[in-house]
Amino acid sequence: MSIQVAEISKTFAGVTVLDRVSLDFPTGQLVALLGPSGCGKTTLLRVIAGLETADAGRVILEGEDASSTHVRERQVGFVFQHYALFRHMTVFENVAFGLRVQPRKQRPKEPEIRRRVMRLLELVQMAWLADRFPQQLSGGQRQRIALARALAVEPRVLLLDEPFGALDAQVRKELRRWLRALHDDLHVTSIFVTHDQEEALEVADRVVLMNRGRVEQVGTPDEVYEHPASPFVYGFLGAANVFHGRVEGANVRVGGATLNHDGSNADHGAEVVAFVRPHELDIVTDLAAPNGLDATVRRVLAFGGSARVELDSVEAVKAGAEPIHYEVVLPRERAVALVQGQRVRLVPAPLRVFRNEAA
Amino acid sequence: MASAAAILPATGHAREGRYENNAATRERPWVRALILTLALSFFVLFLLLPLVVVFHQALAKGWGTAAAAVTDPDALAAVRLTLLAAGIAVPLNLVFGVSAAWAIARFEFRGKQVLSTLIDLPFSVSPVIAGLIYVLIFGAQGWFGSWFIEHDIKIVFAVPGIVLATIFVTFPFVARELIPLMQAQGRDDEEAATVLGATGLQTFWRVTLPNIKWGLLYGTILCNARAMGEFGAVSVVSGHIRGETNTMPLHVEILYNEYNFAAAFAVASLLAMLALVTLALKSWVEWQANRVVTQKEAMVRK
Amino acid sequence: MSAAVSFFNPTGQTRVLPGFGLSLGYTLVYLSLVVLIPLAAVFIQTASLTWGEFWAIVSAPRVVATYKLSFGAALLAAAINAVFGLMLAWSLVRYSFPGKKLVDALIDLPFALPTAVAGIALSALWAGNGWLGALLAPFGIKVAYTPLGVLVALIFIGVPFVVRTVQPVLEDLETELEEAAASLGAHRSQTFTRVLLPVLTPALLTGFALAFARAVGEYGSVIFIAGNIPMVSEIAPLIIITKLEQYDESGATAIAVVMLLFSFLMLLAINLLQAWSARRTGRNR
Repeated sequence: MSIQVAEISKTFAGVTVLDRVSLDFPTGQLVALLGPSGCGKTTLLRVIAGLETADAGRVILEGEDASSTHVRERQVGFVFQHYALFRHMTVFENVAFGLRVQPRKQRPKEPEIRRRVMRLLELVQMAWLADRFPQQLSGGQRQRIALARALAVEPRVLLLDEPFGALDAQVRKELRRWLRALHDDLHVTSIFVTHDQEEALEVADRVVLMNRGRVEQVGTPDEVYEHPASPFVYGFLGAANVFHGRVEGANVRVGGATLNHDGSNADHGAEVVAFVRPHELDIVTDLAAPNGLDATVRRVLAFGGSARVELDSVEAVKAGAEPIHYEVVLPRERAVALVQGQRVRLVPAPLRVFRNEAA
Repeated sequence: MASAAAILPATGHAREGRYENNAATRERPWVRALILTLALSFFVLFLLLPLVVVFHQALAKGWGTAAAAVTDPDALAAVRLTLLAAGIAVPLNLVFGVSAAWAIARFEFRGKQVLSTLIDLPFSVSPVIAGLIYVLIFGAQGWFGSWFIEHDIKIVFAVPGIVLATIFVTFPFVARELIPLMQAQGRDDEEAATVLGATGLQTFWRVTLPNIKWGLLYGTILCNARAMGEFGAVSVVSGHIRGETNTMPLHVEILYNEYNFAAAFAVASLLAMLALVTLALKSWVEWQANRVVTQKEAMVRK
Repeated sequence: MSAAVSFFNPTGQTRVLPGFGLSLGYTLVYLSLVVLIPLAAVFIQTASLTWGEFWAIVSAPRVVATYKLSFGAALLAAAINAVFGLMLAWSLVRYSFPGKKLVDALIDLPFALPTAVAGIALSALWAGNGWLGALLAPFGIKVAYTPLGVLVALIFIGVPFVVRTVQPVLEDLETELEEAAASLGAHRSQTFTRVLLPVLTPALLTGFALAFARAVGEYGSVIFIAGNIPMVSEIAPLIIITKLEQYDESGATAIAVVMLLFSFLMLLAINLLQAWSARRTGRNR
């Protein structure tokens, strides 16, 4: 089922949490709402669920305006970060809850309830725990039960609020893959909220990046990672080296150095912020190499196949300005040849430039 | 950590109206109105009106009568005895409370649970029985009765009996507040102080006491209120001798039974004011203690 | 700081913090002197009676009538407090209304107000010429100096017990539970009976038991409003006093034993309830 939100705004105690947000969530897709904490992503999810009422704007479910529909009539499945399982009920009764509270006329008969609950428990691979209480389960197991409970009422859409946020790293990765596989089986339109970019990029069909109550960019994981629409998106999706400079034709002038840029958004003479990822920078020992800048090696961290090299800008040190640090990822065998304090030249791949709004 | 996150969601909900602005936790307006009406009517009927009626009755015959009743020599003697009994019982139970809490919250030992339950015992004993036990021990026919009579020492139907009964009924108050508080705080702070070379007393004064001061104050306030207001237990051991073995609550009873209602309510209104001061202090202590907790939480979050 | 194996230290662990012997020793001595030995006196005194004598005292019709009143009224008062206490706690936690802070503070009035003051205030209020008594008089309902008066006093005494045990549990309850129930299609009433009430029940029962235990032994607030008519409105603690005033110490003690045994049972029940409550609300984790 499709979901649309149109011009949603929400203010809490004078703070604007959502600022005229409009989005389309196509049928059958798994969409991630990604952003830093406080960006409004959870509030947006709760507005879609009907747990929060927007100050303005509409929530449209399957083409129908559902803005004033009560949460219990919206037929949305909601999964909470801290599971919100009913402690006094067994796993079975938790999953059966949504069926047992249906109006008498629609309520399935007891054998039917039993059949449907057990089928769901098998789907989430938890059938053997049907008679346990939530306290007796691990965090990962609890979240699977919470998901089964949400699916029991055959929701038109599944909403997950930081579903893996309370789990430790190992279980997180495992459940992530499992959620993706489950979605490929069921194809329920799903939205999940996360602040973990790796999680969003790995699991979702589409990623919505949010910041300060606004949508920054919408796209497939590839699109948003390869073509970030704003400095915020670039910085949020991974480690980045930042340069401040001015566009000069095909180059960016950063202090005394001249670096290439990728040609987008680059008016001649514009003040820009330029980005490059650590693996897109190269370190050369030829100090006369063109299109690079001077740096000294501060630290080499070589674990596993690739190594991280931390460097300081020579120019900033000379000028006595605030130190500027860079980070480069190199194959291990090249990195171990570098020594601390060594003068090198940094040669970046073409920089991604954005107009510097602050300048 | 999980619970802190649940209380303060990232969306920055204002705490006030947390339930009333949420579609899932909100009742229909008529249900809300019904619950509020019933709850508040009950409150007014059973708590507020009895309090108001005390002051109303005290002033029924004017300020002069009320003032005369509370400055009567017998009334003043009752005030003095009440202060004396509380003045002895509260410090004794305070020392006991700290000692019991230190033993129970800081160490593991066999029978801890039983000890903890026994400390609560006086709460579940009828005040009348609390008085009775001292009559049995120190009364004329009691265990030590004849010995005390020979030595011309009066315990029951005299001031010592009143003090003993007061100690009994206020026994658990301080310990009850401190034990859960100190258990929740854990012994990390004290262990750190010991590792840094502090002696036992230094650890207690500089580390433990500042941590438990609000709980201690809270328990002391409640202990004092009960000590000054106890009626049943002291009634049994007092002998009701005007000007000598009457506490304020007993003085109220005597005046009331003599149909001297205005005077009875005038003295009662002093006790009611004591109760109001107690409640105000209690709210203030709760507010202070909460503030400290909130500040600490805010620091942790930073 | 000895590490010797002893009764109190069966595993012989070394205790890092000082003062164990002193604090435990003082606690035990003080507890014994103030509480345990005096209470033992009640049982020792009763031992001087034969079974037959004991039974005759505690099963005399006038005494049995006091049990019926004390226990019956206490039970009813605790039940009424459970219902209205829950509503009060609910209102204080969930709703905002003018004067809320004042109401919250005054809930503890029965703990702070001397019982004798409560007693005369309640009888002034509910007597035939009192503010509330006068309202009921035209309907032929008498409260003061009847068993109803006992009930009113015991309700007053029990209010804070239920409110103060339920309130913190309500405050700790995550709203997510209700949100989950609503998103699964539950009506508000279903959410209350199936999700909230089961979680609140242990606390509610604990508050009920505390109020009940307190009410059975209550004396000061009751005797002024009860009228103290034998076989009608006489409570059990009063009959102990009556017997004492007649120098019948054995009689008084025998009834005290019955009440003490009941108190011990209630104490046990309350401890078990609290353990259950902690488990169900997950507060012990």
